[in-house]
Formats: sequence, structure tokens, C-alpha cells
Amino acid sequence: MRAVRLSVVTAAATAAALAAVTGCTQKSDAKNGDAIQVTAADSKCETSSKTVPAGQVTLKIENKGSQATEVEIVFPDDRIVSEKENIGPGTKYTLTAEVKAGAYEIACRPGMKGHGVRQKLTVTGGKAAKRDPRLDKAVASYREWAQSEADATIPKVKTFADAVKAGDLEAAKKAYAPSRVGWESTEPIAESFGDIDPKTDTRADGLEKGQKWTGWHALEKALWADKKIGDEQKALADQLVADLTDWQKRVGKAEITPTSMANGAKELLDEVASGKVTGEEERYSHTDLSDFKGNVDGAQKAYELLKPVASENDAALTAELDKQFAAVNKLLDTYRTDKTSDGFVSYDKVGEADRKGLLDAVNALAEPLSKLAAAVVK
Amino acid sequence: MTDTQDSTQAADAAEPARAGSAPTRRSLIGWGGAGLALGAAAAGGAVAMTRAGNDVDPAGADTGAAVPFHGPHQAGIATAVQDRLHFAAFDVKTDDRAEFVQLLKDWTRAAARMTAGHAVGEGAYGGLAEAPPDDTGEALGLKPSRLTLTIGFGPSLFAKFGLADRRPEALVDLPAFSGDNLDKARSDGDLCIQACADDPQVAVHAIRNLARIGFGKVAIRWSQLGFGKTSSTTPDAQTPRNLMGFKDGTRNIAGTETERLKKFVWADAKDNGEKAAWMTGGSYLVARRIRMNIETWDRTSLQEQEDVFGRDKGEGAPVGKAKEHDKPFLKAMKPDAHVRLAHPDSNGGVTILRRGYSFTDGTDGLGRLEAGLFFLAYQRDVRKGFIPLQRSLSRSDALNEYIQHVSSAVFAVPPGVRDKDDWWGRALFSKEV
Repeated sequence: MRAVRLSVVTAAATAAALAAVTGCTQKSDAKNGDAIQVTAADSKCETSSKTVPAGQVTLKIENKGSQATEVEIVFPDDRIVSEKENIGPGTKYTLTAEVKAGAYEIACRPGMKGHGVRQKLTVTGGKAAKRDPRLDKAVASYREWAQSEADATIPKVKTFADAVKAGDLEAAKKAYAPSRVGWESTEPIAESFGDIDPKTDTRADGLEKGQKWTGWHALEKALWADKKIGDEQKALADQLVADLTDWQKRVGKAEITPTSMANGAKELLDEVASGKVTGEEERYSHTDLSDFKGNVDGAQKAYELLKPVASENDAALTAELDKQFAAVNKLLDTYRTDKTSDGFVSYDKVGEADRKGLLDAVNALAEPLSKLAAAVVK
Repeated sequence: MTDTQDSTQAADAAEPARAGSAPTRRSLIGWGGAGLALGAAAAGGAVAMTRAGNDVDPAGADTGAAVPFHGPHQAGIATAVQDRLHFAAFDVKTDDRAEFVQLLKDWTRAAARMTAGHAVGEGAYGGLAEAPPDDTGEALGLKPSRLTLTIGFGPSLFAKFGLADRRPEALVDLPAFSGDNLDKARSDGDLCIQACADDPQVAVHAIRNLARIGFGKVAIRWSQLGFGKTSSTTPDAQTPRNLMGFKDGTRNIAGTETERLKKFVWADAKDNGEKAAWMTGGSYLVARRIRMNIETWDRTSLQEQEDVFGRDKGEGAPVGKAKEHDKPFLKAMKPDAHVRLAHPDSNGGVTILRRGYSFTDGTDGLGRLEAGLFFLAYQRDVRKGFIPLQRSLSRSDALNEYIQHVSSAVFAVPPGVRDKDDWWGRALFSKEV
């Protein structure tokens, strides 16, 4: 025992020394001058450099202003590359981000609101990370597939909207679930836009104070719970078509990376685990299993495209994912109203024990799926 | 202390501790063997383990020490009872024997680490930014807290993986008892893990991380939190009170009573013939969720409360006696008094090791306290332990007016994990015992 203790003590000193060399915070303190000093104040945002090589970019931020600030690296279209919120007055923070070559801005936003004070930042291509062409191809194929899903969704949404506008309750109910499948399968992309999802897919409990309830679920309640279609619903149907047409136009331009594809797949399973299995998503129509299938299909699409690279890095993981995707799909098939149809049994008819069986299968898939991103970037 | 245990402990120490900072996966690359040294250093706070026998842990809860994981018997049975419980029953989801065996090995490794105060796998932080951490992190900075993890195999497991001919005869399905109102969804299970610790967060962390490792292979069927121990395996300690305010089971088997443990708790090689030789050194566990009708009990007069138990409420002494540990004179008690009916002398010497916990899961839909006793009892043979005892109690116990058994499970608890190469259930799944 004494020998063990002794080695522990010796190693403790070594550990401290090693941590100083290899620790994360130290990495950004590189001596090659890469770090950009950012001095934020109430009305200014000074940066020590306007040009850096691509790769890991480090901002050493100091807030000399009187209020908390937020510092972001943003694309020209304002999409955020990386950000740090709530940097208090007089405090410092080191922000690091993986940035590709291109034109950017560094934004300091005193009070954490408004457009803020901005400085140009040019990231040159010199040290850009070497890209795996197979991953570029995976992203391109995923983008193409997402676009085709969106394109195929629009006519289905129009069928649904037309039935609502014709006041045909039964036809509208029938067209409701099919109109959502393409959206559900590509949901992480829509959510990345930020502004479309609240208009089209908000549930009653997700409304902010003062927000008007629009989109699918407002119509779902009208059709199933209130059982009536009025002028208000007809207007909502038109708006849904317009909002989704906007979505269809933007899907192709979404920022997608191999990591975001993998994380998106995992998020789709999170959607199933937290919203569909509980029956919260389609609480009036009980068409949750249709959404469930859309989510799983979307996750599987992203996975299949990343699989050639992932299987090289972690063959055991992809074998497990193949097995668990197959298991979930097989289980879902047992809930189809008939073998050839796209329809699923009403979720209010699925008992507690069966719901647990579905969640067990989702967990069995989601757990290894959470490791896909790491297997792709290894 | 054997050499084996010492070397095991040294190996365990060479792991990132949750109390210290774990090295990042990236930082290990290029440093070669330094990784081990780093781990050993970080574990420094946690290696102050209790240097005692397998069964007894004289070091109190306040030290937050670790209970040795390896030994002839699993820890968590004769171990001094910890303050908190998280008990989980699992259903097996895979039909692949090799995959299940791998899970048992993975679980054993994780359990050895967590009971020593280490994080699971590569720790809770510092790994690849793109991957979720191996450990969930809520036990970072907490002491080992005398965490014990004890596995059990339910009767239904033996219908799987070609294990039918290894099911011990002592592992019977419990019969229905008078007054049972069992919720099937909260009963039974192919497997169970009993996590006991002095810090509830340490116990919950252990079950959560084992469940996570198990996804796809097993799924939690039900679980129960317990917040207060109701029995003691430490002879000199005061018997803790249950939620009815009484001390019960004052003559529990103590962790130091080697002979009584051998006689009443540990399965012997001779007990079940060749097919159950793998259970040698194991035990059988009965788990029952016993709901108490708290509100009606509280309205009961002191006299009746004391009559029901056969003890006085203040000291816990048996009827007519002065001290809780005084030998009860059973004939002085009412014929249906709980102590009288449960006493070994009324049951042909039947003795079990009790390890139950009080539970309160908030209130039920009617505003009643959803509370009671999560009864856990270990014994050498259920047929000579819980079953005859409960037959007698369910028939006549005056306490039945105030309680109801609402869930039930029985498990074969295999012997201990001998060393770092051993794993939970090895003897069951391999020819060699």
C-alpha cells in the first residue's frame, strides 16, 4: 500500500505539469500570434487583426464596457459561426472556433442586443483543413435529398390546404399527416433557419406571449378537437403553404457540415424520444407514428450518407447502427394499418407497455447515434 | 489482505477520478505511458479505501470512503447499510448471448470504477468535443460515499440464453400472498442492480450510467429510490425507524456475524446441486414495494400502534422490556403483533438479512403520501426465508390493515467479483466455476 501511495504523490506533480502544457485553455494561448485581441466597449469593438489563416481562430476578448456584451463571428448574412454571450464588464474570455476561408465579421453587441459594432475579418485559405471529398459528397447528396423532400412536400401541403379551404373536414384530416412527413424527415435544417419552425410547427404549449398560433398544429386542433373549419382556418392554410414555400426555397442554401448532419440525425431521434413517444406532438390527431417514421427516415438518410467514412473509423459503431435502425423500422412496421399503406395506427390506441417498447428501441438507436459525429470527424 | 486485492487496487487507482481533472483524450496522444500516471494522480483523493474484509465496513459514512468492490461475496449485502438507495430492474432486449456477456463485462468494469469513486470510461469532460462524454458527470467532485453495486438475476433471465438448466431450485417464483395488489409493470425483471450509497446523487449516477451503457442490450423496467435505511447490519447501532415511526428488525443479521451469514444468507455449494454451483457465495434477494396507508396510520392511537408492532414507540423495546435490543418475550405480545409473527421463534428459526429503505414518491392522485417501505431481504433460500415468513405475516399480521404489497421481485444474486479479470455472472455463463 505504501508503494502505491508514493507513486500517487509523485504522479500528482507530473499531472499538474502536464496539464499546464496540454490543457485546453493553454492551447488558445499559442505563441505563434494567431489569437486576435478583441477589445469590446459600450460603443466600440477593436480587433488586433483583420486577416487570419483558416483553421482554428482564437479571439481573446476583453470587455472594457459598462455592460455585459456578446461577441460573435458571423457570416456576411448574419448567420453565427461562433459566439460567446454574457461577457461581464471588466472580464475576459477566450473564444475559439474552426473557421473556413472567407469573409466574416466580428460583432460586439453591448447589452447583448441590436446589430452591435462590427469589424471585418478575412479568413485566408492557406491553412484550411484538408477536406475529405467523400464527406463533401455526403453533404452535397444530403442537401440534394433534403431539397427533393421539400419539393415533394409542397404538393402534399397544397392538397391539405385545399381540403381545409374547401371546408372538407374528412379530406383535410386524411391529408394532414402525409403533408408533414417531408418536414419531419428534414427538421434539423428547418430548425437551423430559426424563423420558419415557429410559424409552421409550434404546439399550443410552445407559444410565446403575444405570438399568434399558426401552422399545422393550430389546424390540427381545429380539425380534431374543435371539429370545424372557419375563415380563420382557411387563412391559416394559405399561410402554411406560403411559409413552407419559403422553406422549400431556402433548404438548398442551408449551412450543412458532416458534423451537423450527424448531430441532426441524433436530434431527430431526440425529437422522437421527447415528443413523439409521449404523444405530445400530435395530441389531437394522434398521428405521432407518421412523424416518428419521418424522423427515423431522415436520421437514417444522414447516417447512410456518412457511413462510408464512419465505418472506416468505427466499424463496430456502424454495425450497431445498422442493426438498431433495422430494429426500429421493423418495430414501426408492426404499427402500420396494413402492410402496403403509409398509414399508422392512431397513437391513442398504443398502450403504455407498447410505448415503452418503442422508446426502448429509440434509446437503443439514439445512444450509438450520439457517437456518429465523433466517428465522422476522427 | 491478499496480494490479489492489492494489485487490483493499484490498477483501479490508475484511472481518472471524478474528483480530479481527467486528461483529455487528445492530451494523452503523444504522451504514451504518461496517461496512466495522470490517472493515478487524479485518483489520489479516492484511493483512501476502507482496508477491511469484504463484508464489513467499519469506516462510517462521514468519511465518504470506498467499499472494496472485489471479494468472495458481492458488496451491498453484509456491508454496513448506507443511507440511500436507487434500485433498478431491467429487461433484457438482446437475444445475442455474446452481446449480453459483453454487457456484463462492461458493467463490471464500470461498477468497479464508480464504487472506487472514478468516472466511467474516459470521464465526463475533456474528450472529443463532437462526442457525448462517457460519464454523465453529476458525481464529479463527490466522494465514493460507500457506493455498492449489487447485481441479481431474475427467474425470467433463465428462460433466455440457454440458461434453463442452470436455474437454481431456490430461485422460485414467489407465490401469491394474501393481500397482494401487485403492479406487474413495477414487478419482476430479468436483472436488477441495487445501488446503495450515503450520497443519493452517487447512487443515482451509478444506475443512470449503467442504464446508459446498457441501451440496446437491456432497458430499465422499473426503478425505486429509497431515502432512509430501515435496517442496520451494524450490531451496536440504533435501529433506524421506518415511516410509521417504529424501529423494526432490531435483531437483523450483522455484517460481523460470520456464522449467521453462512447459515442464513450465503448460498452453499451443497445447496442446489451441480447446476447451481455457480451460486456458491451468492444469495437470494426478495424486493417488495410496500405501500403504507400513512394518513390512517397517523390517526391510530398510540396504544394501538404499539400493539400492532409489539414494541414501544419511544425506545423500540419489545413489550414489557426496557431496551430495543432486549430479547423479546413473544407471549407478552398480542397474537397478531408484527414482531411476534415475524420473529424467528415463531417461524421455526427462519432468519433473513433485511436491507430495506423508506421511500416517498411525492403524493398520489388523491393527495395521499405515496410512501412506504421498499423491502429488501437477502437469504440463503427463498423457500426457507421470505416465503414461509410472508405466508405467516400476510395471514395474520395486524400491520396488514395499514400496508399493502404493491410490487414484488425475486433475484439470484451471484457471488462476488473476485478480481479485475472476473466479471458479474462469469460462473453462470461459463463452465468454470
